[in-house]
Amino acid sequence: MGELRLMKGNEVIAEAAIRCGCDGYFGYPITPQSEIMETLMTLRPWEDSGMVVLQAESEIASIHMVYGAAGAGKRVMTSSSSPGISLMAEGISYMAGAELPCVIVNVQRGGPGLGTIQPSQADYNQATKGGGHGDYSLFVLAPASVQEMHDFVILGFEMAFKYRNPVMILADGVIGQLMEKVELIDHRPRWTNEQILEISGEWATYGKSQNRKKHIITSLEMDSNTMEQNNLRLQAKYERMKEVEVRYEAIECDDADYILVAFGSAARICQKTVQIARQKGVKVGLIRPITLFPFPEKIIAQYASKVKGFLSVEFNAGQMVNDIRLAVNGNTKVAYFGRMGGIVPTPDEVEIALHQRFKN
Amino acid sequence: MSVLTERINQIIKPENLVYAKTPLLNDDAMHYCPGCSHGVVHRLIAEVIEEMGIQEQTIGVSPVGCAVFAYNYIDIDWAEAAHGRAPAVATGIKRVMPEKYVFSYQGDGDLAAIGTAETLHAINRGENIVMIFINNAIYGMTGGQMAPTTLIGQITATTPFGRNADLNGYPLKITELIAQLPGAAYVTRQSVQTPAAVRKAKKAIRKAFEIQAKKIGTAFVEVVSTCSSGWKLTPVASNKWMEDNMFPQYPLGDLKDSGRADADLYRIKG
Ligand SMILES: Cc1ncc(C[n+]2csc(CCOP(=O)(O)OP(=O)(O)O)c2C)c(N)n1
Ligand code: SF4
Ligand SMILES: [Mg+2]
Repeated sequence: MGELRLMKGNEVIAEAAIRCGCDGYFGYPITPQSEIMETLMTLRPWEDSGMVVLQAESEIASIHMVYGAAGAGKRVMTSSSSPGISLMAEGISYMAGAELPCVIVNVQRGGPGLGTIQPSQADYNQATKGGGHGDYSLFVLAPASVQEMHDFVILGFEMAFKYRNPVMILADGVIGQLMEKVELIDHRPRWTNEQILEISGEWATYGKSQNRKKHIITSLEMDSNTMEQNNLRLQAKYERMKEVEVRYEAIECDDADYILVAFGSAARICQKTVQIARQKGVKVGLIRPITLFPFPEKIIAQYASKVKGFLSVEFNAGQMVNDIRLAVNGNTKVAYFGRMGGIVPTPDEVEIALHQRFKN
Repeated sequence: MSVLTERINQIIKPENLVYAKTPLLNDDAMHYCPGCSHGVVHRLIAEVIEEMGIQEQTIGVSPVGCAVFAYNYIDIDWAEAAHGRAPAVATGIKRVMPEKYVFSYQGDGDLAAIGTAETLHAINRGENIVMIFINNAIYGMTGGQMAPTTLIGQITATTPFGRNADLNGYPLKITELIAQLPGAAYVTRQSVQTPAAVRKAKKAIRKAFEIQAKKIGTAFVEVVSTCSSGWKLTPVASNKWMEDNMFPQYPLGDLKDSGRADADLYRIKG
């Protein structure tokens, strides 16, 4: 059993990064996630593990520092909240194009624009449909607890290097600020130069020795045929993710007449709604997508022939609901309920919405 | 063997050799226009890296601009940065591998317009990197539009009647700004239009790389450059135009050579 602690979601991101042997963090302050960098600066990992922590001049600079350091084969990350992630969009696209591994944490707040510092899930489309330019996908993990904030830093780096792809942890202000018990992994050392050679020696820019060709980190290709091949390679990678990396949690779905679909803190609320509804004799289940990309479309499709309807519960105007509709493909009813502007609905509100949407 | 190669081989005999191409530059024909300064500066960087014996420890960062393909020519590891972000990319590389040599290579649009923040902040942090700045007073790559360093009256694709201060503001003397930054170790302005100038520029680039090993702050080398295509002049006329118009505004020479500042000068009293 690892060390147990009571921690805030944001703080645990920092703690997990240090413990899993992360090489560097580059970021810029923004509410509601500034504790991540503040915690790192207080813990001073550069004195122990040698992890670099740098406050950049902007989110643009942060993501391009990550680009450079990731290109060197290092395990590096950044974190921000919605407006900052928008600023990073070009850099994230470059990283996807150059196939660079990294972890990006988005502790979402409400938008559009400067919006609100209150929690939101309105960046679902941005995270799962690319967000920057070009045909690319991030590997997107949606934590619903402080423990998952911890676990997904570790899983995130694993996936980032397995697929040479940026990974996004799509959290929200609730999970970032929440305090919960968490079991921490034991400290792991950062990768040695020999390990980096073994893992990323084929492509990383650690200095060209006489006996190999130079390595170039780039997303640029002027020849259309080669560029199409590059795109096809990326698409094949995303297909592989869809085949083997889908993660979700299904709660009380087997006998359900209605299934709620919710991720992150919305799923916590829906768990309570399931109890309330079942006490009233309505058989309700919950599917919680853990990977938003790849989306758990197969399990939703399977239940589509069994249930009377799905209700997508989101802290936004209805974004994930479109992915559910695609998976359901007309085989049952799909409805949406959500709140915006930083308002977090109560379990009762969700229960009433379920009743209203499916009363006939 | 073609007649031409035969003739060339008759001329190129070991006893006639006065200069050899560094093996760090490959044999590919460069994509630069005739008379362009980029190719000359590439050669100087390659020669310095070879002479210092640091090929295995050097990582270059190429910009978005005509030099985007710098990585095709010099035989070292490279990262190609987004437009303006080379100093941030170089920072990332250097911070996780402080024992390596890292340099960025940027044009005026890249370094002094879209990437001004990254430029100033990397230098203000005193990042131990080399920054090479090719100031040709124009956006070469995108077809000759106004750059931040374009001179008043200079005709470009987006200033067809000449740069007008009322409309477009003034030429940005970013190197003078940079020389004010406490993190800058060495700031110099060079050119490569004559053999003598080339020799001086090479010395400056070598010095910049040597400073990097000392870890005393950022070494910044501006090269006042020509863009014959963008300026719509012949290579020879470009050199003359540069000397007549650019040099008075961008005078050559060292602007700073003192290492980064003593932090105590900026410390709170308690
Ligand atoms: C974000 C973004 N904006 C604009 C461009 C288009 N663009 C490419 S190069 C360039 C200007 C390059 O000029 P400079 O940096 O002076 O380099 P030069 O070609 O003159 O060497 C521009 C505007 C781009 N690639 N990316
Ligand atoms: S357009 Fe100008 S900067 Fe670009 S290669 Fe030609 S001469 Fe050089
Ligand atoms: Mg230019």
